[in-house]
Amino acid sequence: MSLAVPSLKVGLSRDDLMMRAGVLVLAGVLLVMVGLPLWALLAKGFEDRDGKFIGLANYISYFSTPALFQSALNSLQVASITTVIVVPLAFLYAYALTRTVLPMRWLFQGISLIPIFAPSLLPGLALIYLFGTQGFLKVLLGGGSIYGIDGIVIAQVFYCFPHATLILTTALATADARLYEAADVLGTSKRRVFFTVTLPGAKYGLISAALVVFTLVMTDFGIAKVIGGNFNVLATDVYKKVIGQQDFSMGAVVGMVLLAPAALAFLVDRLVQRKQVALLTARAVPLVPRPKFARDLFFTLFCLLVSAAILAILGMAIWGSLIKYWPYNLSLTLDNYDFAKFDSNGWDSYWNSVRMALGAAVFGTVLMFTGAWLNEKTRGFGAMRGVVQLLAFLPMAVPGLVLGLGYIFFFNAPNNPLNFLYATMGILVLNTVAHFYTVGHLTATTALKQIDPEFEAVSASLKVPVWKTFARVTAPICLPAILDIAIYLFVNAMTTVSSVIFLYAPDTKLASVAAVNIEEAGTTAAAAALCVVIVLTSAAVKAAHLVADRFLFARLQVWRRR
Amino acid sequence: MTNYLEVRNLSKRFGDFSALGDVSLDVVEGEFVCFLGPSGCGKTTLLRAIAGLDPQTSGTIRQKGRDVSALPPAQRDFGIVFQSYALFPNLTVADNVGYGLVNRRQNRGAIARRVAELLAMVGLPDAGPKYPAQLSGGQQQRVALARALATSPGLLLLDEPLSALDARVRLRLRHEIKALQRTLGVTTIMVTHDQEEALTMADRIVVMNQGAIEQVGTPQEIYRRPATAFVADFVGSMNFLAGTLMAPDRVRVAGVDFACPVQDGLAPGQKVSLCIRPEDVRVRDLPADIVNRVPVEVAELDFVGAFCRATLKARAAAEVAVTADFSSNLIRDLGVDIGTKLDIALPPDRLRVFA
Ligand SMILES: Nc1ncnc2c1ncn2[C@@H]1O[C@H](COP(=O)(O)OP(=O)(O)OP(=O)(O)O)[C@@H](O)[C@H]1O
Ligand SMILES: [Mg+2]
Repeated sequence: MSLAVPSLKVGLSRDDLMMRAGVLVLAGVLLVMVGLPLWALLAKGFEDRDGKFIGLANYISYFSTPALFQSALNSLQVASITTVIVVPLAFLYAYALTRTVLPMRWLFQGISLIPIFAPSLLPGLALIYLFGTQGFLKVLLGGGSIYGIDGIVIAQVFYCFPHATLILTTALATADARLYEAADVLGTSKRRVFFTVTLPGAKYGLISAALVVFTLVMTDFGIAKVIGGNFNVLATDVYKKVIGQQDFSMGAVVGMVLLAPAALAFLVDRLVQRKQVALLTARAVPLVPRPKFARDLFFTLFCLLVSAAILAILGMAIWGSLIKYWPYNLSLTLDNYDFAKFDSNGWDSYWNSVRMALGAAVFGTVLMFTGAWLNEKTRGFGAMRGVVQLLAFLPMAVPGLVLGLGYIFFFNAPNNPLNFLYATMGILVLNTVAHFYTVGHLTATTALKQIDPEFEAVSASLKVPVWKTFARVTAPICLPAILDIAIYLFVNAMTTVSSVIFLYAPDTKLASVAAVNIEEAGTTAAAAALCVVIVLTSAAVKAAHLVADRFLFARLQVWRRR
Repeated sequence: MTNYLEVRNLSKRFGDFSALGDVSLDVVEGEFVCFLGPSGCGKTTLLRAIAGLDPQTSGTIRQKGRDVSALPPAQRDFGIVFQSYALFPNLTVADNVGYGLVNRRQNRGAIARRVAELLAMVGLPDAGPKYPAQLSGGQQQRVALARALATSPGLLLLDEPLSALDARVRLRLRHEIKALQRTLGVTTIMVTHDQEEALTMADRIVVMNQGAIEQVGTPQEIYRRPATAFVADFVGSMNFLAGTLMAPDRVRVAGVDFACPVQDGLAPGQKVSLCIRPEDVRVRDLPADIVNRVPVEVAELDFVGAFCRATLKARAAAEVAVTADFSSNLIRDLGVDIGTKLDIALPPDRLRVFA
């Protein structure tokens, strides 16, 4: 006979209680920032204009409106084409960066990142200068027009290229040199090595890159807005429904339709990534490419070409912003940078952006890092930590436009005690932090997993409160990751359009939104000028980060030296 | 002698897997105890349960008469050194060692004095201003030890503290840690899977296997009188000869009867293993009437340094093989070589019988 032994009830120390309270607060904050707005959006789709529950009626009317349904097909089409173009391009570029001997590798790598620092509007504007009705290369199109699917795809390729390149560079950089040596010893042909070793090794990276690009295109709003012409996509539909027709319920429905593919892509990616972990071995030997003239020449030329295209688009936007009256008076001027002439907010919208980006960087970094730490290090409390983990991952699957819409419904509800946040800088910061939460959370979690797991055990044995060890040891050690998160948030807050387009008030208008408005009003040059200011700001911040990383850090972190 | 630590019926489950099953153990004040066992047997699990870091599923732990079973680690009294040392890399050695002192509202001078004293104690008087990354593995180990001892805990827990070090440093540190422990008189539990480490350092060894304790005893007891076949096999080398128990004090192997110590727990007719350590096999000056005499032939001779390990085949039954340790003197004196025929004896008081 066996008696059931009562399971031990473990007492909680002050540290445990404090950390659990922290996890609870974090769960609450994430619920407000992510969970409840999405819930509000979901609910809105089942209501009519007066807020009465009408079941699936909105969805039925959506799928029976051919024009709306066509947008969904258009979105899928653009996303597929862009993915098919970007992924091979990015693969070759990443291959060149990691597997060949490239002169000035760092420069090519840097150029490939440029689009990240620009609002998605920028490539659209540059294309208008090049191929628009007044474009000086318009002849190249024959009788065609850049407004529509062609323009969207070209601009999307520019916009998505760095994201795919980053993922594939990481995937190709983690190759195991021993596999190649083995293949070499066995006398395998180069072609076969590529198809049996290189490609399978990068398989998960390729899948991930494809999914990321697909989602980016599906959910981006700026490009289709600027250069889409009459070619409607889901993202522009949401905007038109909400801003144009004030039809919030239908906007919510389109938002849910937009959410589906993004969420699906995210799920597939998580499943794929889980498999990959098993593939990496700790004993892998990093591959160092050896010079080979023909190959290196080919890839250098290829990288030159791609870099030239990126620089051309950026250069065109800059040039366009400096021109007096395109295409009639090509003399240079700074008039277009006098934003007060084009938008009542003038330069204020730029300073709003900077303030918002700083706010998001500070608030977001503190929340993400402390949150990741709480969730990693709290003993027990599994269910609540699971909730936090879920809420932290959710934003990755949610398009900015959809989250922004959810914010309207949730925060603007008259009975919401948080209603006071509506139309303030606070809601913009909150929304931006929520939108970019997952990457920051993951960065912090990865950094925390890399440090010794026993620091908390040691401090408990020494009777030092756990928060003291967090402040004195854990956070200082993770400083590089913390700065990475802050810079990531700053840059994204500067460039984001989609998540904040519904949330600004007249006095909190952001530069990226102002650029959309100015462009809508027909002043391409001023919109380009605003985009250029944004690029310069975020690139400067990133450059300052790199410099600080190199020089300041070496001094602050003597302890890393052996 | 009072029990400093009393572990009663401790069990630990990870889901369906039972990592510890009903473990009970007493540790006397001031004692140095080693948990010894193969990888995955639950040594770390038991140590972490004692510390409260990964609480047991059921069972009780009393420390100095106080029931600490359900207390979080911060409310227990112990210092701990991990295999990774877990030194804080961004703090100097002095700050690491003083980490637990700063919290006790002592003044700076007192802390600095205590830190200097601890660093001198572990033989690193000048390491204070350095960072951990600038120290060798052995030095880091000592800093971790000094940090764990700084608050004068009643119990010192060490999880494989030497396993990351190279052989020479390990040997030296064994003696240093043992000497330090003896001077301070701090009750110490060390986890190791290195039997030599356990035999040289421990006052008592706890041999574990598959989540259970196989035997607890002094190094001599464990080595001389292993309680189970597992202990006999795991600690030191042992010959296992398959046989049958004929009478309480007789085992038959390949048709030959051997005298052995009286076996109470085993029934005659049972299949057993007759065991003897290689160094206990007698060859020299065998009296004519010696019991358990076996005529053998040398089949292999492996040079191991200080001695040779010989594989001996019984001349009457070639399938019965015994390894024996022969000193270089013996080999020279008796002219032992492969193929040499000689007689050996298995002294009954050195024989062990396991079911
Ligand atoms: N968190 C855990 N979840 C599931 N199983 C675990 C966990 N921790 C330990 N185990 C299992 O419990 C058993 C005992 O583990 P433990 O770490 O105590 O072994 P050990 O004796 O210290 O081994 P080693 O010498 O390798 O350190 C092992 O089989 C291990 O796989
Ligand atoms: Mg262990």
